[in-house]
Parts: sequence; structure tokens; C-alpha cells
Amino acid sequence: MRKTKKRVWIGTGNDFITLPLILITILVFVPMIMALITAFQSGPPLNMKFNGFGNFARMLTDSTFKKAFGNTFLYLIVQVPIMLFLALVFSSMLNDTKLKFRGFFRTALFLPCITSLVSYSLIMKTLFADAGLINQILGTQIHWLTDPVFAKILIIIAITWRWTGYNMIFYIAGMQNISPDIYEAADIDGATKTQQLFKITIPNLKPIILFTTITSTIGTLQLFDEVKNITNGGPANSTITLSHYIYNLSFNFGKPNFGYAAAVSFVIVICIVVLSLIQNKVVGNE
Amino acid sequence: MNKLSNAIKYVVLSIAAFVSIFPFLWMIMGTTNETRDIVSGKIKIGGKFLINMKTLFENDLDFPKALVNSAVIAVLTTVFALLLSSMAGYGFEIFKSKGRERIFNVMLLSMMVPFAAMMIPLYRMFTKLNQIQIGSVKLSTYFGINSLFVVIVPSVATAFLIFLFRQNIKAFPKDLVEAARIDGLGEWEIFARIYMPTAKNTYAAAAIITFMSSWNNYLWPLVALQSPEKRTVPLILSAMGASYTPDYGMMMCGIVIATLPIALIFFILQKQFVAGMMGSVKG
Repeated sequence: MRKTKKRVWIGTGNDFITLPLILITILVFVPMIMALITAFQSGPPLNMKFNGFGNFARMLTDSTFKKAFGNTFLYLIVQVPIMLFLALVFSSMLNDTKLKFRGFFRTALFLPCITSLVSYSLIMKTLFADAGLINQILGTQIHWLTDPVFAKILIIIAITWRWTGYNMIFYIAGMQNISPDIYEAADIDGATKTQQLFKITIPNLKPIILFTTITSTIGTLQLFDEVKNITNGGPANSTITLSHYIYNLSFNFGKPNFGYAAAVSFVIVICIVVLSLIQNKVVGNE
Repeated sequence: MNKLSNAIKYVVLSIAAFVSIFPFLWMIMGTTNETRDIVSGKIKIGGKFLINMKTLFENDLDFPKALVNSAVIAVLTTVFALLLSSMAGYGFEIFKSKGRERIFNVMLLSMMVPFAAMMIPLYRMFTKLNQIQIGSVKLSTYFGINSLFVVIVPSVATAFLIFLFRQNIKAFPKDLVEAARIDGLGEWEIFARIYMPTAKNTYAAAAIITFMSSWNNYLWPLVALQSPEKRTVPLILSAMGASYTPDYGMMMCGIVIATLPIALIFFILQKQFVAGMMGSVKG
């Protein structure tokens, strides 16, 4: 009797999960498989034909793809470390209970996270205009929006402004788990604050630093809103990202090229899968 | 030495706080100025606020309509996403079985799929719906490209939220479920009357992330909503910024209005807001 009853409620578990699972299957897994198939096809959207590895071969000679790939990785390699380092510095400064205005500083630094990506991009665009405020403060005449090098720097500055506080709160949460006794002992031994940051804080935060590195990397690989709204990929594609290129290939030019766009999107998929595997492996070992 | 390092700390934090806050002051100031003053970096409170607001609301871009569209999309997405993900999170944790555990792990893989890769197939799928007609009713009106449905449905079931709910249900006392079963309550009643009221904080955090990401969503609406009267707030703002003769005073008004709901949620529910943003590392 008891056993049958148990079987009854174990079975009802499916009632709770079926509908969400059907939706995830139709809206994530099926599109994923369709994208994989499309990546091996070419031609106009209504008459697509298989062309083997043609799309992937095309990437090797496509200069815009190379630019998009290079830019995406440039943002990654330059921006993610700067942002995470700043987040670490700020959070270790805020981890001091004797600090005055601690709540204010924490809220202020987190505040950029409440803006939408489109909104803050447009704000940045006005601040960095040719005759705009930033050039006036610096006393320069930099063409932030139209110079190939400075436009990239602007994108990096913008993303750093938006996301440093976000990463900082993860570090603050992690630091609260480090016993204050360790720092006291280090103080008594005469270790400087900088030494404490590198010898105590960073080693203890390793899993969280790794987590933020991976999430920021995945975010950067999909960068779109900022580039689209600040520079629209320009000048001459010098700030374009992979996601932006996929968008342009599929929806922005006269003739959509879904096959090639899907192939490019798989470059992002492969990068993310590899990174997530690394994350699982490292976190799993901790 | 200690005093000096303390002073450096305050200086660094003050600069960082100023840099973080300044763009907010800039956008608020911008609502009172005209384009010329904004692009020439003038720091001043101008007298153009009412004119800018008037232009924003009477412009052909139809900002009021976009506000309604964004609100409808964000509210419906949040309601359905909370319901479906809490159901699934509860189902996976309370009714543990080997098979479901395997399904859960496969489901988590969907978090790795970048939106850029799903965008094209989703677009083509929904375009197919546009061609279906039942009697005199065209499906496209309600479910196809250019319908609000098309923006809502991909965000209502996400592995991330299911994971978030499941993590939080781990701390829920399972004895309560047993006791309720002995009292003869059905499984759905237990979910709705015993579990749901205890999970207010989780619901709040999940609601905040879902509402915020839906309210701010840009890429998929950009692809899926092409007719002007269906556009959402981020699409209108983006169009304002990309125009050949932008009216930045008007745009700043739009940005302030777009930021306001999220800012209010943040200041009223700061704890849940931060908890929501950090959701994935809890537990």
C-alpha cells in the first residue's frame, strides 16, 4: 500500500517538469541542432543546399570574419583582466569594516549594473563625442567614435564601466568567508596590504576569480549591444564582434546568408564549450 | 604609512565612485539640454526639459507605445518564467529520481548555448508560423514574427532560473512536504500552499533578474520585432542614437525613463537585487 502511494507521488514529479522541459527543448535544443545543420548549407533562405565544409573554408579567407574574431579576442584579452583586477582592488578596499561610507561606496560602484546595455552605450557615445566632455577634460581632440584604435579603446572603457561593480560583488561575498584572523595575524607579522592582497585574498578567492573569468569571457564572446550602439561596428569594421557580424550576415544586408552566419555562430559555441569544460575541470578539482 | 595607505584608499574609492555615478548625473542633466550642448560637453542645467519630454512623447517613433510594449513583455515574461521555473526546480528537487537527475544535467547544457547561435533558427521557426492560417485567422497576428509572443516565449523557460530555484529549494525542509502528504494535500496544493509562501525571497530575486533582462533585452527584439508599432524601449532608444540628426536631449529623457523602473527596484529591494544578480553562485 505504502509503496504504491510512493510511486504515485514520485510519478507526479513529471507533471512539474514536463512543460518547462518541452519549452527548453523546442526553444534551445532544436534551434541548436537546426543551426548546426544550417552551418553546412548555403544559398538563399528558402532554397538552402548542403555545401559540406564550404562555410568553414570561407572563414579562412574572409577578412571581415578575421577582424571580428580578432576584435572579440582583443576585447577579451585586454578588457577582462583589467576589469577583474579593478574589481579585486575595489572589493579588497571595501572589505575593511572600519572603512567610512562603506555602504555608499559599494552602492555607487555597483550602480552601473542597473543600466541597460543600450542606454549606457548611448550615454558613452555622447560623452565621447568629438567635441564632447571627455575630450574637453583631457584637453585632447581624439576621434573616439571614428578612429579605429580609439574606438576599440572606447568599447573597452565602456564595458569596464558597466561590469566592474558586478564582478566586485562576487569578490566581496567571497571575502566575507575569509576569516579576519588571518589578516590580523598578517598585520602583526608586518605584511603590507598589497602583500595581503596577493598572498591571502587572491589565493582564497581562486574559485570565484575563475568563475568570474569564465562568465566574463562568455559574455565578451557574445558582445553585441555596445558595439552596435556605440560605433555600429565601424569605422570600416574595426570594432565589429563575432555576434555583430552574425547579425549583419543574417539580418542587416540585402541578401541574408543564414548558412555562413550559422557557421560563424558555431565558432562562438565551440569557444564557450571549451571554456566551460575548462571551468568544470578546474572547479571540479577544487 | 598606515595613514597614507588609508588616504590612498579613500582617494581611489572616491574617484571610482565618481566615475560610476557621473554618467547618471550626465544623463539627468542631458534631459534639460539640447543636442548642441550635449555633444559639446556642457555641464549645465538647461531649460529644455519640458520641450525634450514633449518631443519624446509626440515623436513619430511612438515612445508611449514602446513603453506599453516593453511593460507587457517584461511583466508577462516574468510571471510565466517564475511559475514555470519554480515548478521545474521544485519538481527536480522534491521528486528526485535517477532519470530526472540525468535530464537535469542535460538541461543545464542549454545554458552554454550562446544566443547568437539560436537567433537564426528561432527567426526561421517563427517565420514559418507566419505562413500558417487557420480559417480566417492568421497565426502570425498572435504568434509569429512581429508579435509580442515571439519575444516572450524564448525567455519563459530558462535552465538558469530552474537551477536557481532548485538550489534554493535544497534548504526547504522536506518534512513539511511529508507532513502535508499525510494530511492528504495533493502535490500541487503542497507546491502552491506550502512551498511558494516560504520562497518569497527566491521569487523576488528571480523576478528582478527576469524583469530586468526582459526590459533591457535588445538583440532578439531587434531581429523579431520589425514593424514600428511593435518596437520596445531599447529599440526606440537605439534608433534615436543611430539617427543622422539625433536629438540627444529627447534621447536622454527616454534613457532616464527606461532606467527608472530598474533603479526603483534596485533602491527598494537592494538585498534581493544583489542576490538575484549573484544567483548562480549561491548554494
